[in-house]
Amino acid sequence: MRQTIAEKILSEHSSSRAKAGDIVIAKVDFCFGQDGTSGMIIDSFRKMKDASIFSKEAFCMVIDHSSPSPNIGVSAIHDKIRAFAREHKVKVFDVGCGVCHQLVPESGYVVCGDLVLGADSHTCTYGAINVLSTGVGSTDLAIAASSGKSWFKVPETIKIVVEGSLPKGVYSKDVILNIIGDVGARGATYKSVEFHGSVIDALSVEERFTISNMAVEMGAKSGLMVADKKTMDWVRRHSNKVPKPVLPDADAKYSQIRNYDVSDLSPQVACPHTVDNVCDIEKVLGTRIDEVNIGTCTNGRLEDLEVTAKILKGKTVADGVKLIITPASVKIYLAALKAGYIEIFVRAGAAVNNPGCGPCVGTHQGVLADGENAFSTANRNFLGRMGNPNASIYLGSPAAAAATALEGKITDPREHKRRL
Amino acid sequence: MSNFAHRLKIQNDINTDYIISGRFKFKIQDEKELAKYIFADLEDDFHKKIKLGDFLVAGENFGCGSSREQAPVALKASGLQAVIAKSFARIFYRNAFNVGLCLLECETNYIDDMDEIEVDFENNIIKNISKGVNIDFKPIPEIMKNFLDKGGVIEYIKEFGGFKEDVT
Repeated sequence: MRQTIAEKILSEHSSSRAKAGDIVIAKVDFCFGQDGTSGMIIDSFRKMKDASIFSKEAFCMVIDHSSPSPNIGVSAIHDKIRAFAREHKVKVFDVGCGVCHQLVPESGYVVCGDLVLGADSHTCTYGAINVLSTGVGSTDLAIAASSGKSWFKVPETIKIVVEGSLPKGVYSKDVILNIIGDVGARGATYKSVEFHGSVIDALSVEERFTISNMAVEMGAKSGLMVADKKTMDWVRRHSNKVPKPVLPDADAKYSQIRNYDVSDLSPQVACPHTVDNVCDIEKVLGTRIDEVNIGTCTNGRLEDLEVTAKILKGKTVADGVKLIITPASVKIYLAALKAGYIEIFVRAGAAVNNPGCGPCVGTHQGVLADGENAFSTANRNFLGRMGNPNASIYLGSPAAAAATALEGKITDPREHKRRL
Repeated sequence: MSNFAHRLKIQNDINTDYIISGRFKFKIQDEKELAKYIFADLEDDFHKKIKLGDFLVAGENFGCGSSREQAPVALKASGLQAVIAKSFARIFYRNAFNVGLCLLECETNYIDDMDEIEVDFENNIIKNISKGVNIDFKPIPEIMKNFLDKGGVIEYIKEFGGFKEDVT
């Protein structure tokens, strides 16, 4: 007894009774890399003599960060990934498929109760469907892919309880930005976070992904939620694997419990150059914006595109503003096409990218100029993140981003209340 | 030979984008080349200050952000003996020991830029020769020590054919 979700999943996978602070060797259910990390995964893999992929169903690579390739160097890495995949008969999601953190759960690779590693820091995203998933580097990933195991420090857990009801124009993105602003960029370092409360319960699974996605921005190893009926329905719709939902014990030991009431929350904005530099949107209204980026593993899902379309419908973006929209996966792209969102975007003056990470990583598809300000639905606004250290990035919800694109300055999405 | 501490202008929350920007990590495959671009978005030519065996000293949450392993690889290739910080972000912490870069966690307020430093690994003490101060660092967990001893986790795995601590 007295175990958190993270302790239970690590116990189950390490045949031990894992408690916070222990170091355990545990079995990994699924692992993957993306194009920024897979080159080094392959290098590490080759350094281990006679290594083979532990389970071909439990590993894949996703070409999403610089996709399609913007230069010869990246093309060589993509080529290396494809060649390795052919040699070892493993799955590659190639150019145009989408972002790893959408593709992995959407393709049914991970289900409740799983222990998952990704060579990408936002692997914590699947905590929303009760998966203990966390980011590691390429060498860790190569070892997990070849042995099916990794070492874990069992984390302490912070319980975050979100109560109240979300006002119109305020979204799960605003909730997590608010929490990160409060906890700070290192407030949860090496800890796991569990999100509970009526607000979390009321969110769709897609909206929950946005919250778990950003757990790493406060340093957390994972951002876990319990599996409810919505989770189980979602998982069963996307996967044939058997989900094994894990609840924390009623008397689980938490290192901290933090309570939030979001009933009066304003839309939130993370200001340059740290994710925890968060304020109410009222404080930064009118800030000039040159580029708006809607998409990424944080907010590139159908519901995000839907709210964007509601605000943009029949309108055009402000003069001189670049609006860049990137669906998170082909599935989402097709659904958005069918729903008419893509036509609304194009008519509004947006550049619609192929599914992938888009301009978030700063290698292509929207690199900023000196002195430019961007408003992005992504999860990071570090100096230089979008390719230029002489530019600034503000983070917020898709609704705030769409409203901002129409005005060319940071704009409260609640001005479009009637459309939401 | 004496080894010295190097401090950046910013101290806390130095993320892996700052250590090695996405602009370079995709382009440059050679570690020594990559090492020339460490902290390029923060300060010009920082890498030129580092002599083999020197130390980087920082505040809280060093290495937060992206999981890019190029970050510890580039730091190691720059010639650093270890990074000394008040705390480290989780993924960076793993990556560093995995690639054989030593991290030491301790109070860093008593170390200034260009102080002469020595490390006593047996007694977990950092000696600040310039100031005549000894600083305790947190003992490195056994499993990470084993990785460092072998020069990284890959060499360790090759030697033991897996994790020798495995009980599953």
